[in-house]
Amino acid sequence: MEKKRVILTFPYQLIDQPITYHLIKDYNLIVNILRAKINPEEEGKLIIEISGEEKSLNEGMNYLKKLGVSVQSLIKDIKWLEEKCTHCTACISICPTNALLVERKEMKVSFDKNKCIGCGLCLLACPYKAIEISF
Amino acid sequence: MAKTIAEINEKIKKGKVVVATAEEIIGIAEKEGINRTAQKVDIVTTATFGPMCSSGAYLNPGHSNPRIKLGGGKAYLNDVPVYTGWAAVDVYIGASALPEDDPRNKIYPGEFRYGGGHIIEDLVAGKDLKLTAFSYGTDCYPRRKLETWINIKDINEAVLFNPRNATQNYNVAVNLSQKVIYTYMGVLQPHLGNAMYCSAGQLSPLLNDPYYKTIGVGTKIFLGGGTGYIAWNGTQHNPCVKRTKRGVPCVGAGSIAVIGNLKEMSPYWLKGTSITGYGVNLTVGIGVPIPILNEEILHYTMVKDKEILAPIVDYSQNYPSGKEESIGEVNYAQLKTGKIILQGKDIPTASLSSYAKAKEIAEILKKWIKKGKFLLTEPVKQLPSVDSGIKLKNLKERPLNRKF
Repeated sequence: MEKKRVILTFPYQLIDQPITYHLIKDYNLIVNILRAKINPEEEGKLIIEISGEEKSLNEGMNYLKKLGVSVQSLIKDIKWLEEKCTHCTACISICPTNALLVERKEMKVSFDKNKCIGCGLCLLACPYKAIEISF
Repeated sequence: MAKTIAEINEKIKKGKVVVATAEEIIGIAEKEGINRTAQKVDIVTTATFGPMCSSGAYLNPGHSNPRIKLGGGKAYLNDVPVYTGWAAVDVYIGASALPEDDPRNKIYPGEFRYGGGHIIEDLVAGKDLKLTAFSYGTDCYPRRKLETWINIKDINEAVLFNPRNATQNYNVAVNLSQKVIYTYMGVLQPHLGNAMYCSAGQLSPLLNDPYYKTIGVGTKIFLGGGTGYIAWNGTQHNPCVKRTKRGVPCVGAGSIAVIGNLKEMSPYWLKGTSITGYGVNLTVGIGVPIPILNEEILHYTMVKDKEILAPIVDYSQNYPSGKEESIGEVNYAQLKTGKIILQGKDIPTASLSSYAKAKEIAEILKKWIKKGKFLLTEPVKQLPSVDSGIKLKNLKERPLNRKF
Protein backbone atom coordinates (compact mmCIF):
# COMPACT_ATOMS: atom_id res chain seq x y z
CA MET A 1 0.00 0.00 0.00
CA GLU A 2 1.22 3.43 -0.96
CA LYS A 3 -0.07 6.62 0.57
CA LYS A 4 0.33 10.26 -0.41
CA ARG A 5 -1.14 13.65 0.45
CA VAL A 6 -1.76 15.81 -2.57
CA ILE A 7 -3.35 19.07 -3.59
CA LEU A 8 -5.53 18.76 -6.66
CA THR A 9 -6.29 21.90 -8.62
CA PHE A 10 -9.31 21.69 -10.92
CA PRO A 11 -9.82 24.13 -13.79
CA TYR A 12 -13.32 25.65 -13.88
CA GLN A 13 -14.64 23.25 -16.58
CA LEU A 14 -14.03 20.29 -14.26
CA ILE A 15 -15.48 21.54 -11.00
CA ASP A 16 -18.85 19.83 -11.55
CA GLN A 17 -17.34 16.45 -12.48
CA PRO A 18 -17.46 13.50 -10.02
CA ILE A 19 -13.73 12.87 -10.29
CA THR A 20 -13.22 11.55 -6.76
CA TYR A 21 -15.88 8.94 -7.51
CA HIS A 22 -13.85 7.66 -10.46
CA LEU A 23 -10.68 7.50 -8.39
CA ILE A 24 -12.45 5.25 -5.92
CA LYS A 25 -14.57 3.18 -8.31
CA ASP A 26 -12.29 2.77 -11.33
CA TYR A 27 -8.87 2.70 -9.66
CA ASN A 28 -9.75 1.08 -6.33
CA LEU A 29 -8.16 3.90 -4.34
CA ILE A 30 -8.95 5.02 -0.77
CA VAL A 31 -9.60 8.74 -0.79
CA ASN A 32 -9.76 10.81 2.39
CA ILE A 33 -10.79 14.41 1.74
CA LEU A 34 -8.92 16.78 4.08
CA ARG A 35 -10.06 20.05 2.65
CA ALA A 36 -12.03 21.28 -0.36
CA LYS A 37 -12.83 24.69 -1.75
CA ILE A 38 -13.85 26.50 -4.89
CA ASN A 39 -12.39 29.96 -5.15
CA PRO A 40 -14.08 33.02 -6.72
CA GLU A 41 -12.33 32.33 -10.04
CA GLU A 42 -14.16 28.99 -9.96
CA GLU A 43 -11.01 27.02 -9.69
CA GLY A 44 -11.36 24.02 -7.39
CA LYS A 45 -8.84 22.92 -4.76
CA LEU A 46 -9.05 19.54 -3.14
CA ILE A 47 -6.60 18.32 -0.54
CA ILE A 48 -6.74 14.57 -0.22
CA GLU A 49 -4.93 11.69 1.30
CA ILE A 50 -4.94 8.93 -1.23
CA SER A 51 -3.83 5.34 -0.77
CA GLY A 52 -3.82 2.09 -2.72
CA GLU A 53 -1.52 -0.30 -4.62
CA GLU A 54 1.39 1.46 -6.27
CA LYS A 55 0.17 0.55 -9.75
CA SER A 56 -3.39 1.77 -9.13
CA LEU A 57 -2.08 4.94 -7.56
CA ASN A 58 0.04 5.74 -10.60
CA GLU A 59 -2.85 4.99 -12.93
CA GLY A 60 -5.14 7.20 -10.85
CA MET A 61 -2.65 10.05 -11.00
CA ASN A 62 -2.34 9.65 -14.76
CA TYR A 63 -6.12 9.78 -15.06
CA LEU A 64 -6.15 13.11 -13.17
CA LYS A 65 -3.35 14.58 -15.24
CA LYS A 66 -5.03 13.53 -18.50
CA LEU A 67 -8.19 15.35 -17.41
CA GLY A 68 -6.19 18.52 -16.77
CA VAL A 69 -6.19 18.34 -12.95
CA SER A 70 -2.89 19.49 -11.58
CA VAL A 71 -1.45 17.28 -8.85
CA GLN A 72 1.01 18.60 -6.33
CA SER A 73 2.43 17.11 -3.22
CA LEU A 74 0.92 18.77 -0.12
CA ILE A 75 4.20 19.03 1.75
CA LYS A 76 5.65 21.34 -0.88
CA ASP A 77 3.19 24.08 0.01
CA ILE A 78 3.68 23.97 3.77
CA LYS A 79 6.75 25.42 5.36
CA TRP A 80 7.87 25.50 8.97
CA LEU A 81 10.41 28.31 9.15
CA GLU A 82 12.75 27.04 11.81
CA GLU A 83 14.66 30.32 12.06
CA LYS A 84 11.42 32.13 12.96
CA CYS A 85 10.26 29.50 15.47
CA THR A 86 11.08 30.37 19.10
CA HIS A 87 10.02 26.93 20.38
CA CYS A 88 7.42 28.56 22.61
CA THR A 89 5.05 25.63 21.87
CA ALA A 90 1.94 27.82 21.40
CA CYS A 91 0.99 25.73 18.32
CA ILE A 92 1.26 22.37 20.05
CA SER A 93 -2.09 22.04 21.77
CA ILE A 94 -3.87 23.16 18.60
CA CYS A 95 -2.28 20.86 15.99
CA PRO A 96 -4.79 18.00 15.49
CA THR A 97 -2.35 15.48 13.99
CA ASN A 98 0.78 16.07 16.10
CA ALA A 99 2.63 17.23 12.99
CA LEU A 100 3.93 19.94 15.31
CA LEU A 101 5.47 18.18 18.24
CA VAL A 102 7.60 19.04 21.30
CA GLU A 103 10.53 17.01 22.44
CA ARG A 104 9.81 17.33 26.16
CA LYS A 105 13.34 17.16 27.57
CA GLU A 106 14.71 20.14 25.67
CA MET A 107 11.22 21.61 25.05
CA LYS A 108 12.05 22.01 21.34
CA VAL A 109 9.43 22.04 18.62
CA SER A 110 9.75 19.99 15.44
CA PHE A 111 7.55 19.65 12.39
CA ASP A 112 6.73 16.42 10.57
CA LYS A 113 5.51 17.37 7.10
CA ASN A 114 4.16 13.91 6.48
CA LYS A 115 1.67 14.21 9.34
CA CYS A 116 0.44 17.68 8.36
CA ILE A 117 -3.05 17.87 6.83
CA GLY A 118 -2.81 21.58 6.04
CA CYS A 119 -5.74 22.59 8.29
CA GLY A 120 -4.08 25.93 9.04
CA LEU A 121 -5.02 26.09 12.74
CA CYS A 122 -1.37 26.72 13.65
CA LEU A 123 -1.37 29.90 11.55
CA LEU A 124 -3.62 31.55 14.14
CA ALA A 125 -1.70 30.20 17.10
CA CYS A 126 1.87 31.04 16.04
CA PRO A 127 2.89 34.51 17.29
CA TYR A 128 5.98 34.61 15.04
CA LYS A 129 4.39 33.51 11.73
CA ALA A 130 6.80 30.60 11.61
CA ILE A 131 4.43 28.45 9.56
CA GLU A 132 3.54 29.30 6.00
CA ILE A 133 0.86 27.62 3.96
CA SER A 134 0.66 28.79 0.38
CA PHE A 135 -2.44 27.19 -1.06
CA MET B 1 31.10 30.82 54.52
CA ALA B 2 29.18 33.70 53.01
CA LYS B 3 30.55 35.43 49.91
CA THR B 4 30.25 38.99 48.68
CA ILE B 5 29.58 40.25 45.17
CA ALA B 6 33.02 41.90 45.19
CA GLU B 7 34.64 38.53 45.95
CA ILE B 8 32.68 36.85 43.18
CA ASN B 9 33.79 39.58 40.75
CA GLU B 10 37.42 38.94 41.72
CA LYS B 11 36.89 35.28 40.86
CA ILE B 12 35.38 36.28 37.49
CA LYS B 13 38.41 38.43 36.70
CA LYS B 14 40.77 35.60 37.64
CA GLY B 15 38.79 33.12 35.52
CA LYS B 16 38.02 31.02 38.58
CA VAL B 17 34.30 31.62 38.90
CA VAL B 18 31.93 28.64 39.07
CA VAL B 19 28.62 29.21 37.32
CA ALA B 20 25.60 26.93 36.87
CA THR B 21 22.23 27.55 35.23
CA ALA B 22 19.10 27.48 37.38
CA GLU B 23 18.34 24.09 35.83
CA GLU B 24 21.79 22.62 36.47
CA ILE B 25 21.98 23.84 40.07
CA ILE B 26 19.11 21.56 41.11
CA GLY B 27 21.08 18.40 40.29
CA ILE B 28 24.40 19.76 41.59
CA ALA B 29 23.00 20.77 44.98
CA GLU B 30 21.04 17.55 45.37
CA LYS B 31 24.18 15.52 44.70
CA GLU B 32 26.72 17.53 46.65
CA GLY B 33 24.57 18.99 49.40
CA ILE B 34 23.63 22.59 50.10
CA ASN B 35 26.65 23.38 52.23
CA ARG B 36 29.30 22.27 49.73
CA THR B 37 27.44 23.66 46.72
CA ALA B 38 27.02 27.09 48.33
CA GLN B 39 30.78 27.22 48.77
CA LYS B 40 31.61 25.85 45.34
CA VAL B 41 29.08 27.61 43.07
CA ASP B 42 29.34 31.41 42.82
CA ILE B 43 26.57 32.32 40.41
CA VAL B 44 23.32 30.79 39.15
CA THR B 45 22.06 32.10 35.82
CA THR B 46 18.32 32.45 35.31
CA ALA B 47 16.43 33.46 32.17
CA THR B 48 13.14 33.94 30.40
CA PHE B 49 12.04 34.49 26.80
CA GLY B 50 8.42 35.40 26.30
CA PRO B 51 6.01 38.08 25.05
CA MET B 52 6.25 41.13 27.33
CA CYS B 53 3.72 43.79 26.29
CA SER B 54 5.00 46.51 28.55
CA SER B 55 8.10 47.11 26.48
CA GLY B 56 9.39 49.80 24.19
CA ALA B 57 12.35 51.85 23.10
CA TYR B 58 13.16 55.52 22.96
CA LEU B 59 15.19 57.02 20.16
CA ASN B 60 16.86 60.27 19.38
CA PRO B 61 17.21 60.36 15.59
CA GLY B 62 19.07 63.72 15.56
CA HIS B 63 17.92 67.19 14.49
CA SER B 64 16.90 67.82 10.90
CA ASN B 65 17.82 70.92 8.98
CA PRO B 66 15.73 73.07 9.20
CA ARG B 67 14.70 71.82 12.62
CA ILE B 68 11.36 70.19 13.38
CA LYS B 69 9.76 69.83 16.82
CA LEU B 70 8.40 66.30 17.09
CA GLY B 71 7.31 66.95 20.67
CA GLY B 72 3.61 67.77 20.59
CA GLY B 73 3.42 66.77 16.94
CA LYS B 74 2.83 63.40 15.35
CA ALA B 75 5.44 60.89 14.27
CA TYR B 76 5.43 57.42 12.72
CA LEU B 77 8.00 54.72 12.06
CA ASN B 78 6.95 52.54 9.10
CA ASP B 79 3.46 54.03 9.63
CA VAL B 80 3.32 52.86 13.27
CA PRO B 81 2.65 55.84 15.57
CA VAL B 82 5.35 56.65 18.11
CA TYR B 83 4.97 58.72 21.27
CA THR B 84 5.92 62.38 20.86
CA GLY B 85 5.08 63.84 24.23
CA TRP B 86 8.72 64.54 24.94
CA ALA B 87 11.29 67.07 23.66
CA ALA B 88 11.97 68.05 20.06
CA VAL B 89 13.54 64.82 18.82
CA ASP B 90 12.99 62.12 21.41
CA VAL B 91 10.34 59.55 20.54
CA TYR B 92 9.19 56.35 22.24
CA ILE B 93 8.07 53.25 20.35
CA GLY B 94 5.62 51.20 22.39
CA ALA B 95 5.61 47.47 21.69
CA SER B 96 1.81 47.35 21.26
CA ALA B 97 1.46 50.34 18.88
CA LEU B 98 -0.44 49.65 15.66
CA PRO B 99 -0.55 51.42 12.30
CA GLU B 100 -3.63 53.65 12.12
CA ASP B 101 -4.94 51.72 9.10
CA ASP B 102 -4.57 48.29 10.72
CA PRO B 103 -8.08 46.76 10.71
CA ARG B 104 -7.60 45.59 14.32
CA ASN B 105 -10.42 43.23 15.24
CA LYS B 106 -12.82 44.62 12.62
CA ILE B 107 -12.04 41.49 10.67
CA TYR B 108 -12.19 39.10 13.59
CA PRO B 109 -9.87 37.72 14.75
CA GLY B 110 -7.36 40.39 13.74
CA GLU B 111 -3.98 39.22 12.52
CA PHE B 112 -1.87 42.12 13.87
CA ARG B 113 0.99 41.34 11.54
CA TYR B 114 3.02 44.51 12.14
CA GLY B 115 3.35 47.03 14.93
CA GLY B 116 5.63 48.47 17.60
CA GLY B 117 7.23 45.15 18.53
CA HIS B 118 8.15 44.52 14.89
CA ILE B 119 9.53 48.06 14.56
CA ILE B 120 11.91 47.35 17.45
CA GLU B 121 12.95 44.03 15.90
CA ASP B 122 13.55 45.65 12.49
CA LEU B 123 15.46 48.54 14.03
CA VAL B 124 17.76 46.19 15.96
CA ALA B 125 18.19 44.09 12.81
CA GLY B 126 19.73 47.18 11.15
CA LYS B 127 16.88 47.71 8.66
CA ASP B 128 16.10 51.19 7.38
CA LEU B 129 12.84 52.51 8.85
CA LYS B 130 10.68 55.26 7.40
CA LEU B 131 10.29 58.19 9.80
CA THR B 132 7.32 60.44 9.03
CA ALA B 133 6.55 63.44 11.22
CA PHE B 134 4.11 66.35 11.28
CA SER B 135 4.43 69.36 13.52
CA TYR B 136 3.03 72.87 13.92
CA GLY B 137 6.15 75.00 13.39
CA THR B 138 7.68 77.42 15.86
CA ASP B 139 10.17 80.25 15.52
CA CYS B 140 13.00 77.95 16.60
CA TYR B 141 11.62 74.77 14.99
CA PRO B 142 10.02 76.03 11.77
CA ARG B 143 9.64 72.77 9.86
CA ARG B 144 6.20 71.17 9.65
CA LYS B 145 6.79 67.94 7.79
CA LEU B 146 9.54 65.38 7.65
CA GLU B 147 9.92 62.16 5.69
CA THR B 148 13.16 60.22 5.80
CA TRP B 149 14.79 56.85 6.25
CA ILE B 150 16.55 56.27 9.54
CA ASN B 151 18.89 53.50 10.63
CA ILE B 152 19.93 52.50 14.13
CA LYS B 153 23.60 52.92 13.28
CA ASP B 154 23.12 56.59 12.33
CA ILE B 155 20.93 57.83 15.18
CA ASN B 156 22.18 59.27 18.48
CA GLU B 157 20.52 57.04 21.04
CA ALA B 158 18.38 53.93 20.89
CA VAL B 159 17.48 52.65 24.33
CA LEU B 160 15.23 49.74 25.22
CA PHE B 161 13.19 50.70 28.27
CA ASN B 162 10.53 48.25 29.39
CA PRO B 163 8.30 49.24 32.33
CA ARG B 164 7.12 45.70 33.17
CA ASN B 165 8.96 42.50 32.27
CA ALA B 166 9.79 39.04 33.59
CA THR B 167 6.68 38.67 35.75
CA GLN B 168 7.14 36.29 38.65
CA ASN B 169 4.71 33.46 37.87
CA TYR B 170 1.54 33.79 35.82
CA ASN B 171 -1.98 32.50 35.19
CA VAL B 172 -2.74 29.36 33.23
CA ALA B 173 -5.47 30.41 30.81
CA VAL B 174 -8.45 28.23 29.89
CA ASN B 175 -11.80 28.77 28.20
CA LEU B 176 -14.99 27.53 29.86
CA SER B 177 -17.28 28.96 27.19
CA GLN B 178 -18.72 27.32 24.10
CA LYS B 179 -16.74 29.26 21.50
CA VAL B 180 -13.10 29.79 20.57
CA ILE B 181 -11.62 32.91 22.16
CA TYR B 182 -8.52 34.85 21.13
CA THR B 183 -6.63 36.22 24.12
CA TYR B 184 -3.19 37.54 25.02
CA MET B 185 -2.61 34.02 26.33
CA GLY B 186 -3.20 32.63 22.83
CA VAL B 187 -6.06 30.85 21.09
CA LEU B 188 -8.22 29.14 23.70
CA GLN B 189 -10.45 26.32 22.58
CA PRO B 190 -13.97 25.99 24.07
CA HIS B 191 -14.97 23.62 26.87
CA LEU B 192 -11.46 23.50 28.39
CA GLY B 193 -10.06 22.49 24.99
CA ASN B 194 -6.54 23.61 25.89
CA ALA B 195 -4.58 25.43 28.60
CA MET B 196 -1.94 28.08 27.91
CA TYR B 197 0.79 29.09 30.35
CA CYS B 198 3.58 31.66 30.18
CA SER B 199 6.61 31.31 32.44
CA ALA B 200 10.07 29.76 32.27
CA GLY B 201 9.25 28.10 35.63
CA GLN B 202 12.38 26.85 37.34
CA LEU B 203 14.57 29.00 35.05
CA SER B 204 12.58 32.20 35.53
CA PRO B 205 14.60 35.00 37.24
CA LEU B 206 12.21 36.13 39.97
CA LEU B 207 11.10 32.58 40.80
CA ASN B 208 14.73 31.84 41.73
CA ASP B 209 15.00 34.82 44.05
CA PRO B 210 11.43 34.92 45.34
CA TYR B 211 11.99 37.61 47.98
CA TYR B 212 14.27 39.74 45.75
CA LYS B 213 17.24 39.32 48.10
CA THR B 214 19.85 39.73 45.34
CA ILE B 215 17.89 41.10 42.37
CA GLY B 216 17.36 44.84 42.77
CA VAL B 217 17.64 48.24 41.11
CA GLY B 218 21.01 48.37 39.35
CA THR B 219 21.40 44.61 38.82
CA LYS B 220 23.22 44.04 35.55
CA ILE B 221 21.41 41.59 33.27
CA PHE B 222 21.33 39.97 29.82
CA LEU B 223 18.79 42.03 27.90
CA GLY B 224 17.77 41.33 24.31
CA GLY B 225 21.17 39.83 23.48
CA GLY B 226 23.12 42.73 24.98
CA THR B 227 23.56 43.89 28.53
CA GLY B 228 21.13 46.01 30.48
CA TYR B 229 20.12 46.87 34.00
CA ILE B 230 17.12 46.61 36.25
CA ALA B 231 15.85 50.17 36.44
CA TRP B 232 13.08 49.80 39.00
CA ASN B 233 10.42 47.38 40.07
CA GLY B 234 8.00 46.70 37.24
CA THR B 235 4.53 48.22 37.16
CA GLN B 236 1.96 46.04 38.95
CA HIS B 237 4.83 44.66 41.10
CA ASN B 238 2.78 42.79 43.64
CA PRO B 239 4.95 40.98 46.20
CA CYS B 240 2.41 40.48 49.01
CA VAL B 241 0.55 37.51 47.52
CA LYS B 242 0.03 33.96 48.70
CA ARG B 243 3.30 32.03 48.65
CA THR B 244 4.40 28.43 49.15
CA LYS B 245 6.56 27.41 52.13
CA ARG B 246 9.71 28.12 50.18
CA GLY B 247 8.48 31.56 49.28
CA VAL B 248 7.40 30.98 45.69
CA PRO B 249 4.33 33.09 44.81
CA CYS B 250 1.29 31.03 43.82
CA VAL B 251 0.03 33.73 41.41
CA GLY B 252 1.54 36.55 39.35
CA ALA B 253 3.63 38.65 41.76
CA GLY B 254 6.82 40.68 41.24
CA SER B 255 8.10 42.20 38.01
CA ILE B 256 11.02 44.33 36.85
CA ALA B 257 11.51 47.42 34.71
CA VAL B 258 14.61 47.04 32.56
CA ILE B 259 16.81 49.33 30.49
CA GLY B 260 19.70 48.85 28.06
CA ASN B 261 21.44 50.05 24.92
CA LEU B 262 19.37 48.82 21.96
CA LYS B 263 22.36 49.29 19.65
CA GLU B 264 24.10 46.36 21.32
CA MET B 265 21.09 44.05 21.18
CA SER B 266 20.06 41.42 18.63
CA PRO B 267 16.86 40.70 16.68
CA TYR B 268 17.32 37.09 17.73
CA TRP B 269 16.42 38.07 21.30
CA LEU B 270 13.87 40.84 20.60
CA LYS B 271 11.07 39.57 18.43
CA GLY B 272 8.01 41.31 17.07
CA THR B 273 5.05 39.18 18.05
CA SER B 274 1.56 38.89 16.56
CA ILE B 275 -1.12 37.60 18.90
CA THR B 276 -4.20 36.71 16.85
CA GLY B 277 -7.28 38.63 17.93
CA TYR B 278 -5.31 40.53 20.58
CA GLY B 279 -2.53 42.67 19.20
CA VAL B 280 1.15 43.23 18.69
CA ASN B 281 3.79 42.53 21.27
CA LEU B 282 7.53 42.20 21.81
CA THR B 283 9.12 38.95 22.91
CA VAL B 284 12.08 39.80 25.09
CA GLY B 285 15.02 37.69 26.19
CA ILE B 286 16.16 38.41 29.76
CA GLY B 287 18.85 36.68 31.79
CA VAL B 288 19.58 37.53 35.42
CA PRO B 289 22.62 36.29 37.37
CA ILE B 290 22.03 35.38 41.01
CA PRO B 291 25.13 35.58 43.20
CA ILE B 292 25.23 32.62 45.60
CA LEU B 293 26.09 34.71 48.64
CA ASN B 294 25.02 32.09 51.15
CA GLU B 295 23.09 28.85 51.61
CA GLU B 296 19.75 30.61 51.82
CA ILE B 297 20.18 32.19 48.37
CA LEU B 298 21.28 28.82 46.98
CA HIS B 299 18.23 27.16 48.49
CA TYR B 300 15.95 29.56 46.58
CA THR B 301 17.71 28.87 43.26
CA MET B 302 17.13 25.14 43.71
CA VAL B 303 13.41 25.58 43.07
CA LYS B 304 11.99 22.92 40.74
CA ASP B 305 9.13 23.11 38.26
CA LYS B 306 7.04 20.82 40.45
CA GLU B 307 7.36 23.26 43.38
CA ILE B 308 5.99 26.20 41.41
CA LEU B 309 2.21 26.40 41.37
CA ALA B 310 0.15 28.44 38.93
CA PRO B 311 -3.55 29.32 39.13
CA ILE B 312 -5.88 28.18 36.36
CA VAL B 313 -8.08 31.08 35.28
CA ASP B 314 -11.06 31.15 32.93
CA TYR B 315 -10.52 33.78 30.23
CA SER B 316 -14.01 33.61 28.71
CA GLN B 317 -15.99 35.09 31.63
CA ASN B 318 -13.92 35.54 34.77
CA TYR B 319 -10.82 37.34 33.52
CA PRO B 320 -12.64 39.87 31.30
CA SER B 321 -14.94 40.84 34.16
CA GLY B 322 -12.05 41.35 36.56
CA LYS B 323 -12.61 38.18 38.53
CA GLU B 324 -9.26 36.49 38.52
CA GLU B 325 -10.42 33.65 40.71
CA SER B 326 -8.62 30.39 40.24
CA ILE B 327 -10.57 27.30 39.19
CA GLY B 328 -7.64 25.02 39.98
CA GLU B 329 -3.93 24.93 40.56
CA VAL B 330 -1.19 23.10 38.65
CA ASN B 331 2.59 23.02 38.81
CA TYR B 332 4.99 23.66 35.95
CA ALA B 333 6.22 20.06 35.84
CA GLN B 334 2.63 19.02 35.05
CA LEU B 335 2.22 21.83 32.52
CA LYS B 336 5.42 20.84 30.75
CA THR B 337 4.25 17.25 30.20
CA GLY B 338 1.77 18.64 27.67
CA LYS B 339 -1.32 17.56 29.60
CA ILE B 340 -3.12 18.50 32.79
CA ILE B 341 -6.30 17.12 34.30
CA LEU B 342 -9.02 19.54 35.32
CA GLN B 343 -12.65 18.76 36.19
CA GLY B 344 -11.93 15.14 35.23
CA LYS B 345 -10.85 16.10 31.74
CA ASP B 346 -7.48 15.72 30.01
CA ILE B 347 -6.46 19.13 28.73
CA PRO B 348 -3.54 19.66 26.33
CA THR B 349 -1.16 22.42 27.45
CA ALA B 350 1.10 24.79 25.56
CA SER B 351 3.31 27.71 26.46
CA LEU B 352 3.83 31.22 25.13
CA SER B 353 7.17 31.52 26.90
CA SER B 354 9.97 29.50 25.32
CA TYR B 355 11.75 27.25 27.81
CA ALA B 356 14.25 26.19 25.13
CA LYS B 357 15.26 29.81 24.48
CA ALA B 358 15.36 30.64 28.19
CA LYS B 359 17.80 27.77 28.60
CA GLU B 360 19.90 29.14 25.74
CA ILE B 361 20.03 32.57 27.44
CA ALA B 362 21.04 31.05 30.79
CA GLU B 363 23.88 29.25 28.96
CA ILE B 364 25.00 32.41 27.13
CA LEU B 365 25.06 34.42 30.35
CA LYS B 366 27.04 31.61 31.98
CA LYS B 367 29.56 31.74 29.12
CA TRP B 368 29.88 35.55 29.33
CA ILE B 369 30.59 35.35 33.06
CA LYS B 370 33.07 32.50 32.71
CA LYS B 371 34.94 34.37 29.98
CA GLY B 372 35.21 37.42 32.22
CA LYS B 373 33.01 39.52 29.89
CA PHE B 374 30.26 40.11 32.43
CA LEU B 375 30.81 41.32 36.00
CA LEU B 376 28.06 41.43 38.59
CA THR B 377 26.77 44.66 40.08
CA GLU B 378 25.65 45.40 43.58
CA PRO B 379 21.98 46.53 43.63
CA VAL B 380 21.64 50.14 44.72
CA LYS B 381 18.09 49.68 45.99
CA GLN B 382 16.06 46.61 46.87
CA LEU B 383 12.80 45.80 45.14
CA PRO B 384 9.77 46.06 47.45
CA SER B 385 9.24 42.64 49.02
CA VAL B 386 6.68 40.87 51.21
CA ASP B 387 7.04 43.44 54.00
CA SER B 388 6.23 46.38 51.70
CA GLY B 389 2.49 46.25 52.27
CA ILE B 390 1.90 46.83 48.54
CA LYS B 391 -1.65 46.02 47.47
CA LEU B 392 -2.43 45.91 43.77
CA LYS B 393 -5.34 48.24 43.16
CA ASN B 394 -8.03 48.03 40.57
CA LEU B 395 -9.26 51.25 39.05
CA LYS B 396 -12.12 52.75 41.02
CA GLU B 397 -14.24 54.56 38.49
CA ARG B 398 -15.90 57.75 39.66
CA PRO B 399 -18.76 59.35 37.72
CA LEU B 400 -17.82 62.74 36.34
CA ASN B 401 -21.20 64.32 37.31
CA ARG B 402 -20.61 67.22 34.96
CA LYS B 403 -23.39 69.68 34.35
CA PHE B 404 -22.31 70.58 30.84
